[in-house]
Amino acid sequence: MSKDSGRDRATRLHIDWTRCDGRGLCAELLPEALSRDDWGFPLAAPGRLAVDADKSNVPLKHSELGAAADAVKLCPVLALRLTRP
Amino acid sequence: MTAAVGQLWPAAVREPWDGGSRLFAAGDRAGYAGHLAAYGPLPGHEPLGTLLAQLQASGLTGRGGAAFPAGPKLAAVAQAGGTARYATRPSGPVLIANGAEGEPLSFKDATLLHNAPHLVIDGLLATAQSVAASAIYIYTAAGNLDAVAAALTERPDAAGVILVESPDAFVAGQASAAVNFLETGRALPVDLRRRLADSGFKGLPTLVQNVETWAQVALIARYGADWFRAAGVAGDPGTRLVSLSGDVPAQQVLEVPGGALLTDVLATAGIRHDAVAAVLVGGFHGRWVRPEGVVLSVNDGTAGLGAGLAVRPGAGVLHVLAPGRCGLAATADMVDYLAGQSARQCGPCMFGLPALADVMRRLASGGSGGAAGRGAGARGLVDEVGRLSRLVSGRGACHHPDGTVRLIASALETFADDIPWHLAGQCNSGHAGHAAVGHPVGNAAVGRPGVRDLPGRARGEGGRR
Repeated sequence: MSKDSGRDRATRLHIDWTRCDGRGLCAELLPEALSRDDWGFPLAAPGRLAVDADKSNVPLKHSELGAAADAVKLCPVLALRLTRP
Repeated sequence: MTAAVGQLWPAAVREPWDGGSRLFAAGDRAGYAGHLAAYGPLPGHEPLGTLLAQLQASGLTGRGGAAFPAGPKLAAVAQAGGTARYATRPSGPVLIANGAEGEPLSFKDATLLHNAPHLVIDGLLATAQSVAASAIYIYTAAGNLDAVAAALTERPDAAGVILVESPDAFVAGQASAAVNFLETGRALPVDLRRRLADSGFKGLPTLVQNVETWAQVALIARYGADWFRAAGVAGDPGTRLVSLSGDVPAQQVLEVPGGALLTDVLATAGIRHDAVAAVLVGGFHGRWVRPEGVVLSVNDGTAGLGAGLAVRPGAGVLHVLAPGRCGLAATADMVDYLAGQSARQCGPCMFGLPALADVMRRLASGGSGGAAGRGAGARGLVDEVGRLSRLVSGRGACHHPDGTVRLIASALETFADDIPWHLAGQCNSGHAGHAAVGHPVGNAAVGRPGVRDLPGRARGEGGRR
């Protein structure tokens, strides 16, 4: 329960699907948070999201914030941003 | 109090408060004079309080599909206040009547705009006055422009309403796509950083409502919340328009109370219960159901629905599938269409929906055809539908993939008994009690006279949205 409520407040990596091209840089920088789907688009790693959770906003662990900031800056199509719920 | 209303030219029904049609009380193709005679003048609504309080108390929900409560939506826009991008001074909110009606099975918005355009305009004007709106748009398909333009020119108070033609595309009616089109000319959904109520058209607070919702607002502005709630049930008050199509004697628009039994609605339209195998409720983003016990309601709570299964009416589509027609094949056609209607902006939708359409096609055609193999056995097709559904749902700027997944899930559930037949290479879509009128599927079509039903799964109650 406390783990879940902590996750609810976590910083999230928002994916703008209208921009994302599936280049895969984010999944390389954040291997524990993101995998890639059949077509190369970022997919929250198994267990990262609750069932029915918002799949466009992937909760991040504190230790991943640096890599996430890199991913936001380096995404070639500027499809990522960090948000808080 | 289900009132039958004809196709684009409904029979005249008077007295909106007496069990007849509320929205078409002024009759066929009502002009401004007829409109005023039927409904009386629109009262002034300068202070926000009056209209907002009535709207909040009415419990009106959006009639475009998502059924978002209209009162809180107006409150959000009224409280937002804002300054347009590139402007220096604050300006009022933007009101948009959405009549794009991209849903292929829906024609109730067109019917409303042809016959009661003045109600839609009234709803916009009353709200505009109460929130000091800076712009008013009516966004609708080419076929409705003349009717709306004629209505706008014959009244003295609508000079400020701007009429815009919407593109003919499924997603053009999605709220952010409508705003995007008015601003940029591209009717594509947008990845919103902020709600439209806070920052929509040119950064202004923006209220997008379906045209029928605006017409209901006009009635509430005149007669109040208590009158509105006199029809329908507590959890789904008022009336709504539904577009009835499919295997029916005549396509038509009906005005039905919230919480109506689906079987009652079909009976009103003269459809015998044994002429219905299943009904698609809500449109291509809706749900297949067996009609018995189904209640059309936006709220599946306890509010006066009895023991029925509440199914959300979505955009108001009721599409009838007759016995002997194959629901899986019909669904595969719809998914094909939906895949083609992807705006092709979001990868999971652009690639995932065609993949889903392919698997659904193979399922409907008996496990053969389509892109070959992938090692999936017949049963594997159902599993693959589930896997792809999880992959595309929730991963897009709009709910096009989610609606498509919902349609597919309801088909697999409602037509579960047909799946083993299809996987065995035969479609036997004559449902219990009817002669089988199977269509041959794939290359394995073999008539098996006498075999009417496999020991199928019991009919599921079905997941609610």
